[in-house]
Amino acid sequence: MKAKDTAQRWSAAVNRVTIGTASGNGGHGKSVTIGGAKCIPWMAYEGERGNRPAIAVEIWDSGGASWAEELKKQYGDVIDNPVAWAKRAAELGPDLICLRLMGTHPDRGDRGADDAAKVLEGVLSAIDLPLIVWGCGVEEKDNTVLPRCSEVAKGKNCLFGTVTEKNYRTLVAACLADGHKLIAESPLDINIAKQVNILAHDAGYPLENIVMYPTSAAMGYGFEYVYSIMERARIAGLGGDPLLQQPVLCDVGREAWSAKEAQASEDALPGFGPAEERGFLWEGLTATNYLQAGADLLVLRHPRAIALVRKAIDRLVAEAAAMTG
Amino acid sequence: MYIIGERINGMFKDVRRAIVEKDKQAIQNVALAQVKANAQVLDLNVGPASDKPIEAMMWLVNTVREVTDVPLSIDSPKWELQKEVVPNVPGHAIINSCKADEAELERYVALAVEKNASLIALTIDEKGVPSDAEKRVELGALITTKAMEGGLPMDRFFIDPIIIPVNAAPAAPANVLNALQQLRLLSSPPPRLLLGLSNVSQGCNERRLINRTYLVMALTAGMDSVILDPLDTELMNAGITTELLLQKTIYCDSFLEAYRMRGA
Repeated sequence: MKAKDTAQRWSAAVNRVTIGTASGNGGHGKSVTIGGAKCIPWMAYEGERGNRPAIAVEIWDSGGASWAEELKKQYGDVIDNPVAWAKRAAELGPDLICLRLMGTHPDRGDRGADDAAKVLEGVLSAIDLPLIVWGCGVEEKDNTVLPRCSEVAKGKNCLFGTVTEKNYRTLVAACLADGHKLIAESPLDINIAKQVNILAHDAGYPLENIVMYPTSAAMGYGFEYVYSIMERARIAGLGGDPLLQQPVLCDVGREAWSAKEAQASEDALPGFGPAEERGFLWEGLTATNYLQAGADLLVLRHPRAIALVRKAIDRLVAEAAAMTG
Repeated sequence: MYIIGERINGMFKDVRRAIVEKDKQAIQNVALAQVKANAQVLDLNVGPASDKPIEAMMWLVNTVREVTDVPLSIDSPKWELQKEVVPNVPGHAIINSCKADEAELERYVALAVEKNASLIALTIDEKGVPSDAEKRVELGALITTKAMEGGLPMDRFFIDPIIIPVNAAPAAPANVLNALQQLRLLSSPPPRLLLGLSNVSQGCNERRLINRTYLVMALTAGMDSVILDPLDTELMNAGITTELLLQKTIYCDSFLEAYRMRGA
């Protein structure tokens, strides 16, 4: 007897968002499209799997010296030179580069908007990959730095972040004017995730251009909580809620490398094994968990973590393809 | 909450006039206003406006189709009309409605299957509207059986356990709630359960308050589809809030606005 088809059928899909401008048409170089799933993550027998999850490599405008030793072994010689760092990151074959303007943070150098814009210009001319431009997270500072950066990157279709429930008008206006996509951030709270999207929408920004960042957590530091939020958002989005149909970004490198399991030396944590194996594994495994949760865009740091995650994506994509025959 | 907008009905004076005078614009305005107010389907009912109901219905269908592609509910108890109109509806049609009579169900189910339409079936038999919940459930079971036998998919038929005015039939509202609770156990997934909400308050005072209160009660009892006036903002707000409280939607501070963005 033929087994009953119990697959869920969904009425809606995750939005597709394209970042970057493909060459031709005066474009910058490459572009990447994320989202599009019409199923619970990887359950391709329910509906379309969507686009392959994208990998972004994180670099900083300055202040990279604070990164973990294992990361500095990889990027130490370029960590004070964002343009060289961007080129090194691009060699790893990612889909995007994530330029985090941490040097503009008032406690981490307090660099000005013009400095940040100059770095961005340099990175834009050095690489042809799509770019994420991420502010330092201090509202007043982001509101002066990011509009200037948005202007410099006008027409490059970057992904700018972040807008929050309390601070969205300035960046929404800048991204609207200069043609960029937007990261909507919420503090591990699905209600606020919806609310940020509706606020951006009411300020005139198209919901179809938003990427959700529901906050990320490393394995062992609240990952399950993020997972449950991503799961609920996906189910609601597929069920037709237009405020939860945005593809999801997971900021994995930053979170994973904040965990002691990733960054502490073997001397500090006897019995935990060699740091050079531990760090990238903590990052890579956190990221593969997020793939299961439905991540569309992963921001990563360590080259070996990137390789590991890429391999996991290859396998998941192949398995999903097998499901649909 | 699957919302079928009830406003294009010859019982309403403005619509009646528009049908008589063939005023397309007036009908299209009511159609678009309802879609904007989150109607997912538009009910079309010629009512007493025309002595050529089939022609008038086709005129309504084509007039509304010029401005929206939402499914259209062809509201008439006449088989002759359904048979003529449903095959000629561009896009999706919902046959509204037939009774829970074996022969009638077979005929209507076959039409719905053949024309890729949906069907609303009322729990009414030759004895009329049941006076209790049990008979409604029994007729609901008959509808489900006949729909399944005829090959009509679960998501294309609606059981309407028939609400009648509370002033004339004081026990009906509670009986219908009771029936809804039982009907949803008929199958898994449950059949689609629908009411023509405004009927509950026909001829009563404070109609909007009665409709609003009963909407909340019926949704809670398991009704998932409803024919109502989407232009009644307070009614819609009550429905949206009920869906939220039943965990059908996810809260955000602007939850009323958020709901209204669905399908917008």
